[in-house]
Amino acid sequence: MTATGIGAPVRRKEDQRFVTGQGRYVDDFNRPGQAHAYFLRSPHAHAAIRSIDTGLAMIMPGVIAVFTGDDLAADKIGGLICGWMIHSKDGSPMKAGPHPALAQGKVRYVGDHVAVVIAETLAQAKDAAEAIVVDYDVLPAVVDTAQATKAQVQVHDVSPDNTVFNWHLGNKDETEAAFARAKHVTKIDLVNNRLVPNPIEPRAAVGEYDFGTDNYTLYTTSQNPHVARLVLSAFIGVAPEHKLRVIAPDVGGGFGSKIFIYAEETVCVWAAKKVKRPVKWTSDRSEAFLSDAHGRDHVTHAEMATDETGKIIALRVHTTANLGAYLSTFSSSVPTYLYAPLLSGQYDIPAIYCEVDGVYTNTAPVDAYRGAGRPEATFVVERLVEKTARELGQNPAEFRRKNYITQFPHVTPVIMTYDTGDYAASLDKALEIADYKNFDSRKQESARRGKLRGIGFSSYIEACGIAPSQAVGSLGAGVGLWESAEVRVNPTGSVEVLTGSHSHGQGHETTFAQLVSDRLGISIDQVSIVHGDTDKVQFGMGTYGSRSGAVGMSAIAKAIDKVIAKGKKVAAHVLEASEGDIEFKDGQFGVAGTDRSMAFGEIALQAYIAHKFSGQDLEPGLKEGAFYDPTNFTFPAGVHICEVEIDPDTGVTKIERWTAVDDFGVIINPMIVEGQVHGGIAQGVGQALLEGAFYDESGQLITASFNDYCMPRAIDLPSFQVGMTVTPCPSNPLGIKGCGEAGAIAAPPAVINAITDALGHEDIAMPATPQAVWRAAQKARMPMAAE
Amino acid sequence: MTTVSLTVNGQSVTADVDPRTLLVHFLRDNLRLTGTHVGCDTSQCGACVVHLNGQAVKSCTTLAVQANASVVTTIEGISQGGELHPMQAAFREHHGLQCGYCTPGMIMSAIDIVNRKGNALDEQTIRAELEGNLCRCTGYHNIVKAVAAGAQGMAQAPLQQAAE
Repeated sequence: MTATGIGAPVRRKEDQRFVTGQGRYVDDFNRPGQAHAYFLRSPHAHAAIRSIDTGLAMIMPGVIAVFTGDDLAADKIGGLICGWMIHSKDGSPMKAGPHPALAQGKVRYVGDHVAVVIAETLAQAKDAAEAIVVDYDVLPAVVDTAQATKAQVQVHDVSPDNTVFNWHLGNKDETEAAFARAKHVTKIDLVNNRLVPNPIEPRAAVGEYDFGTDNYTLYTTSQNPHVARLVLSAFIGVAPEHKLRVIAPDVGGGFGSKIFIYAEETVCVWAAKKVKRPVKWTSDRSEAFLSDAHGRDHVTHAEMATDETGKIIALRVHTTANLGAYLSTFSSSVPTYLYAPLLSGQYDIPAIYCEVDGVYTNTAPVDAYRGAGRPEATFVVERLVEKTARELGQNPAEFRRKNYITQFPHVTPVIMTYDTGDYAASLDKALEIADYKNFDSRKQESARRGKLRGIGFSSYIEACGIAPSQAVGSLGAGVGLWESAEVRVNPTGSVEVLTGSHSHGQGHETTFAQLVSDRLGISIDQVSIVHGDTDKVQFGMGTYGSRSGAVGMSAIAKAIDKVIAKGKKVAAHVLEASEGDIEFKDGQFGVAGTDRSMAFGEIALQAYIAHKFSGQDLEPGLKEGAFYDPTNFTFPAGVHICEVEIDPDTGVTKIERWTAVDDFGVIINPMIVEGQVHGGIAQGVGQALLEGAFYDESGQLITASFNDYCMPRAIDLPSFQVGMTVTPCPSNPLGIKGCGEAGAIAAPPAVINAITDALGHEDIAMPATPQAVWRAAQKARMPMAAE
Repeated sequence: MTTVSLTVNGQSVTADVDPRTLLVHFLRDNLRLTGTHVGCDTSQCGACVVHLNGQAVKSCTTLAVQANASVVTTIEGISQGGELHPMQAAFREHHGLQCGYCTPGMIMSAIDIVNRKGNALDEQTIRAELEGNLCRCTGYHNIVKAVAAGAQGMAQAPLQQAAE
């Protein structure tokens, strides 16, 4: 391993600009002549719009234009789309209601887009929005996930009982038969709480139109600018694909919420041409709470069957998934194919059957948030496994070990083929780091101080590296999920890598450069990573689902292989040797068995001056591209152990220790990977202890600011003990599995298992706030009195 | 419009502003100092922290006119002669940032913590003192390490500290 090669904890190249305030985020862009957009949003969760009077707003100071849904419709601008078709059990397609960028006739959640004001300044736009008179016929709202199908309220005409789909996966008959012969059945009811992603950079968009060239430009906070361009052009119809440039510069965190194509960027691009001015919109935090796609929001009943030997023989799950008022870009895939296929966890479970009802409610759309379906699956499996172990009187770690999958490849009953892993190795290492053998003495010590100590395990698995295009196509995806790369070698030997991946905190400019440096034997400083601009980079699929290492870097590796192959041809001409005798090692092209060699940079120059080879048999230049389509998902897995101490008098839960042992396959930069684990755990702990998006009965979001929605702060978290085990992934050339979501997937059940262990209590809902924990602690202390 | 005159990163600045202009917007829009960020509208996230007369303030809840006749330092003003401030260097060295959006506010708050609490900071103090800064990426683990190391670094670089 070199100091900057694969496996080295290289300090990040991008940090120089970030620590000096020179990062460039969308809101930092101001275009000449720019006007400002402000969206008037619905104050009601559900209402028919009788009329919108924009007359007074139009004559307010500084106002350039006011647009409503009618204006978009007049220009034949289409609605927002959901790009993943799910079919119900009966084979019928999901019931997707229309999703106009600006409301047409009806609003369906608080924050829904009613009109947009474009003015000289943002303050003027806001003032004018208050002068728009909307006559609403307020309708009753449906908010509660579990009650959505029984409500008298109908969110979309297309779906009379608010059901988008009744979907299922697995083998029902085998599962029922296994339950019939089970020695023991453990049942659990779970709510996976609704979350707001809350990257610290709010969404933003600047739309621009050039009347001379008929070109549109959109600066937007996107994790996948090409996908945004495709959707905006091919489906919404704002601009032709080849006339629309989408730029996603530095993006301040995404966590899934910036995958999706929203109303605001659609309107900014369209309006720029209408008003003949660049149009800028930047979300404030309140708008982000109301209108960014939320995450999770499942209500689940699940049962686990075990036989007389304590082996798990079957799992059955019924989940109601709240999709919100409209289907967001990938929302239908999250509680289906990103959820149920993970229900086997790390366990050899012969029979699994899962039913999912996707439902509409009068709430913000719900879509992928860090982990996207996999945290929900892991929460079900790991809470059930824990509860089963407790009911059977078995040690929770050893019960897990007994049921681990040990032979690979392993085909689960829920369509996944796990390629490799060593789950017991991660468990052993985690038990050691967590000092599990001395847990009882720590518990007794806590008890002496009147505190309750508990320990919780989470043996998670996830499917990353999304994904083989053929596989996801057969499951309903509207796109393929390969990745692209182009490696451009310059005459001076420096290299630009144009990647379809997008970095919004992951450190690609460093990690990807490490791969290039390692493979081509050049300095990391000679490598630039270019991403986030559809005019520069070939079509690519973007960054989500922990895919940029396994898929994005595999594309780069494939392109590098082609560069080396071309370099060998060039070297053969220049060194006057046969191509078969050229070897490339440590940045040198050499002739085997001789001391004749040339450095990579010299060959690059020769490729461009092309003096030594005729254009007939060898093209000048050194630039290669690749599209990499994975052959399987990847399966990162690990064990997290959370140890808590609870003060039963206050209900405050303190995380005393956190141990994470993860198998991410081959690691390019351990410093960055550990950082991803830390951040994921923090979001998972946030879900378990602090965060929850709550609507009241009328559909008002009552947690719509950082005052009311409890984000994890430094004081809420411990330092983390992070360890790794490695089984290289066999399905991609680099052996990478992916690390971006693991912490958020693993953490919630680890926390809740620890709290329920401490309390000796069957269950506690997330977020386990001090009030909830205090109540549970009182119940545990005085079960009779609390009843 | 109201005239404000102040010193920003060592430069004298005079401008006419709408009286309701927030300091953060004055810095970002008038002076194009876009390193100071806006992450919320309730003074919770701390992405907008700058130093006003040597003390950390949230520039999203400070009016530009309140900064009249004051000295303001932003993230762009703390490195000297191309050398990173020790706190900037520590954030880089300890991977105390990912997306970078909260980072300017974090660093400005961290310097303020050192100015108030000294150079030997324990983990619990750092975590408690970072109460006004939110990060969604790092889980704070490496930020805490960076602040501790940056505090040590500031002890060894008194000149830069004085430049504050």
